[in-house]
Amino acid sequence: MQVVDRRGELNRRQVLVLGGCAAAGLLDAADAQAEAPPALFAAAVADLANGREIKPGRVHIDMPRLAENGNSVAFNVTVDSPMTATDHVRTIHLFSERNPIPLIARFHIGPRAGRATVRTYVRLATTQNIHAVAEMSDGTLWSAQAESVVLLAACIDGG
Amino acid sequence: MIRRLGLLLALVLTAPAAGLSQSADATRTSASAFLSGELRAEQEDDTRNRGLLWVDRGLDLWVRPDGARAVSCAACHGAADTMRGVATRYPAVDPASGDLLNLELRVNRCRVSHQGAERLADESEALLGLTALIAYQSRGLPVAVTIDGAQRRFFEAGRAFWHERQGQLNLACSQCHDDNVGRKLRGDTISSGLGTGYPAYRLEWDGLGSLGRRLRACQIGVRAASAPPAGPEQVALELYLAWRARGLPLESPAIRR
Amino acid sequence: MRPRRISMPAVAKRGDIVEIRTVLLHPMITGHTASGANTMPRQIVHTFEARYDGETIFRAEILPGIAANPYLGFTTVATRTGDITFTWIEDGGARTVEQRRLTVEE
Repeated sequence: MQVVDRRGELNRRQVLVLGGCAAAGLLDAADAQAEAPPALFAAAVADLANGREIKPGRVHIDMPRLAENGNSVAFNVTVDSPMTATDHVRTIHLFSERNPIPLIARFHIGPRAGRATVRTYVRLATTQNIHAVAEMSDGTLWSAQAESVVLLAACIDGG
Repeated sequence: MIRRLGLLLALVLTAPAAGLSQSADATRTSASAFLSGELRAEQEDDTRNRGLLWVDRGLDLWVRPDGARAVSCAACHGAADTMRGVATRYPAVDPASGDLLNLELRVNRCRVSHQGAERLADESEALLGLTALIAYQSRGLPVAVTIDGAQRRFFEAGRAFWHERQGQLNLACSQCHDDNVGRKLRGDTISSGLGTGYPAYRLEWDGLGSLGRRLRACQIGVRAASAPPAGPEQVALELYLAWRARGLPLESPAIRR
Repeated sequence: MRPRRISMPAVAKRGDIVEIRTVLLHPMITGHTASGANTMPRQIVHTFEARYDGETIFRAEILPGIAANPYLGFTTVATRTGDITFTWIEDGGARTVEQRRLTVEE
């Protein structure tokens, strides 16, 4: 996953966004109106990473490649982990690249779970990548992403 | 303008979806057959078919005393499963008034006349709950409406409506749902328009809704003025749809896009 | 209370991983529309928590990107017989609570 954390290569706009994020947490709704989703997404992920590397791997996403309706898309995520007291997943964070709000949810689990697996339905504003970032008990971050194409309905009926 | 829109529509209709059976009965296939594997799986999985939440609401209301007479549905009808088979015979003419009633109208008439209660609003969680509960008792049972006697004139009105062009797109129901079943219209596959899954959980609505609501949505889709909710025009059409679906199993609550 | 369904086994052996699926009737009004017009204010379930045998075994922080009538599936290890309590908390503070007993055999 591409993470905007290579500080030497940040452009000025990203620095401003990240600077705001680090100081004040995730952007609030009023600020969110002024930024496009991809920038919000990058900022949200950077806020979580807080300087840590996010490594691709260990996380598996099961989501249909074609979504019949963006209002509800099945999303299952599993993380490779023994889920013992000393080696487990603490939290799974879900991010959207193109929704108005980049963070979809955080799932806090732990060794009582036995397995690191969560099922839900997400809203997709449009065709996009969804990212799952697993935060481990040792503080390391692992991730995966998957794309779903949101199909256009036959009729825009609004009914 | 209208002809250009019609041509545009014709252009976006593409070849039949790959793998679709070319049987003669293609015009009487439940829309469930055209769902993605994912939605079909949800429909058949009681642990996550969200339409069942409305059935649960209905069960709650079924046993709750209501109205000036403070009686529940259960007080007269017994357990909800005594409603098994009822939905297969609807819409049905009420002999007392001669009106054709769908389940929504029937429930509200019962409330007013037997419970001394007010009618429930169209598409309210309560009315959807009760109709979903009743329809669910007939899940898997074949549609068995009659079109004889008092039902006949309503059936004919519904059939006439089905074949009548309407709206700015100037389309009749039959043009899509008889003539082009199985073909793609943008991302959707055109169904036979049977309605056997209703009340259904529709993703577009983020919730359960009635067949009437789905029909009104279709009318908006062809840019026609919608028939009034649960009005005679709509209920006559529902009877015609039920006749078209005769012998096919009811599937409520279905999952639909 | 809002209709809700919990799907889980009633009985498990100690140490088994039990799968739990939950769903709640809630419109999850996001506070957004595509056009930005006529937007109803946000009204969602923002937290879901499951507690079992003295601890929170699963907690979800939920934002508008979770679909309406929220469905959450997760797992827990069967430790001992007891109630699993499920709590949904929505904007404004209203709670929906459900309970299921898990009988754990040796």
